[in-house]
Amino acid sequence: MAEDGYNFAYLDEQTKRMIRRAILKAVAIPGYQVPFGSREMPLPYGWGTGGIQVTASIIGRDDTLKVIDQGADDTVNAVSIRKFFARTAGVGTTERTEDATILQTRHRIPETPLGPGQILVYQVPIPEPLRWLEPREAETRKMHALEEYGVMHVRLYEDIARFGHIATSYDYPVRVNGRYLMRPSPIPKFDNPKMDRSPALQLFGAGREKRIYAIPPHTGVRSLDFDDHPFEVQKWEDVCALCGSGESFLDEIVTDDRGGRMFVCSDTDYCGRRREAGHTGPATRDPEGSGA
Amino acid sequence: MAATLNGPALRPGFAAPVPDSQQVFRRVLAAMSEPGAVQDIAIALTPPAPLDPATAAVCLTLLDFETPVWLDAAADNDDTRAWLRFHCGCPLAGEADGARFAVLARPEAAPPLAGFRLGSEAYPDESATLVVQAASLEAGDAVDLRGPGIEDRRAFRAAGLAEDFWKQRRDLERLFPLGVDLLFASGASLAAVPRSTQIGL
Repeated sequence: MAEDGYNFAYLDEQTKRMIRRAILKAVAIPGYQVPFGSREMPLPYGWGTGGIQVTASIIGRDDTLKVIDQGADDTVNAVSIRKFFARTAGVGTTERTEDATILQTRHRIPETPLGPGQILVYQVPIPEPLRWLEPREAETRKMHALEEYGVMHVRLYEDIARFGHIATSYDYPVRVNGRYLMRPSPIPKFDNPKMDRSPALQLFGAGREKRIYAIPPHTGVRSLDFDDHPFEVQKWEDVCALCGSGESFLDEIVTDDRGGRMFVCSDTDYCGRRREAGHTGPATRDPEGSGA
Repeated sequence: MAATLNGPALRPGFAAPVPDSQQVFRRVLAAMSEPGAVQDIAIALTPPAPLDPATAAVCLTLLDFETPVWLDAAADNDDTRAWLRFHCGCPLAGEADGARFAVLARPEAAPPLAGFRLGSEAYPDESATLVVQAASLEAGDAVDLRGPGIEDRRAFRAAGLAEDFWKQRRDLERLFPLGVDLLFASGASLAAVPRSTQIGL
């Protein structure tokens, strides 16, 4: 049950209407950043206020919410946002990706593929992909209007000239539906292919920068690249130390001060469920070595 | 309806505005995310004539003092005006190109789509959303929809539109990202054709 003293899901109804109208325009113009009147929230900018306002405007009593922070359900940002909606909206929460109707995320897309009817809400720090190349909002807006994105290709080319490959590894720029250049929020580029033609609706909220944008289901999302330097995702020589997965995004964890380290899945739900199903990794394998 | 001291009695809006508007919004969002797929608003409403429950539900969910609304001749009557003013508090636009939303209760006599606000290159979101009240979303000539939100293609029907409605809508495609977004309402059913959808006749 939601706590008294708040409107359902914290925001007042006029704010929700304003955000809902912005979301609809965002869906109608895939990848375009719709300005909206971002409100002060009871936590500071940078803690997901944009994502929270989007979630608060769409969530209903029947929804089941999952919140992740860097793939983990149990980190402080995820826990506090999940509690926030449990208190102000009284909704059910889950850690299982496929049980959630709304998933709010900071910087990851779950490994378990999303399905039709699910909504993925991204917390976005800087929505403008051209911002570090052109600081003036009036100019970047004109560049979007004229579809003038050559400067981003130059930036990626400079990576190649300096390092021999495109070194950008997160927040990797994409073109949505062949039109707008879009910042996917600081997800690893490992996750970029999951956005392409996803059956789920993807909504992006930037609270401090006051922008909302969206990718409708089944919409083409192409990571920028060159013919001779095609887009590639990260690969690891290791597998997850706990569940043995060789297909998920791995976090490197330093385990001592003598160079010891282990790689584990960043998606805690995916990793935990694999272990429940009997998968083992190098660190959890029994002495006989009968694990997968 | 029975008259009171202050004029004709107003018809009610949502019974429970907070959950009802949330529920309707999710249907509108689903409609906009999957162009041409018909949604059911599943809320009982008794709006003033000629508004259908789905049309009224969209108004109650999305309109307020920030959204000037234009009503076509069929929808423009005292009951509807009073109902919208009371429940939504929205200003009524005198001209079609001054409106953020428009209610087309008789779409066969609708003004040209290009006469509504299409947005600008820098701000394509500053464009009109038209609530088109169709006679039916099951009858009428089928158009073939493609684009974002549609896996391959989807057939969509709406009865009671002007003969050149879809041709007008297709002519706007070359202006993308400028354009108008269409919400089709009929009875309690709802569907959308946003500007990103390509129409095949």
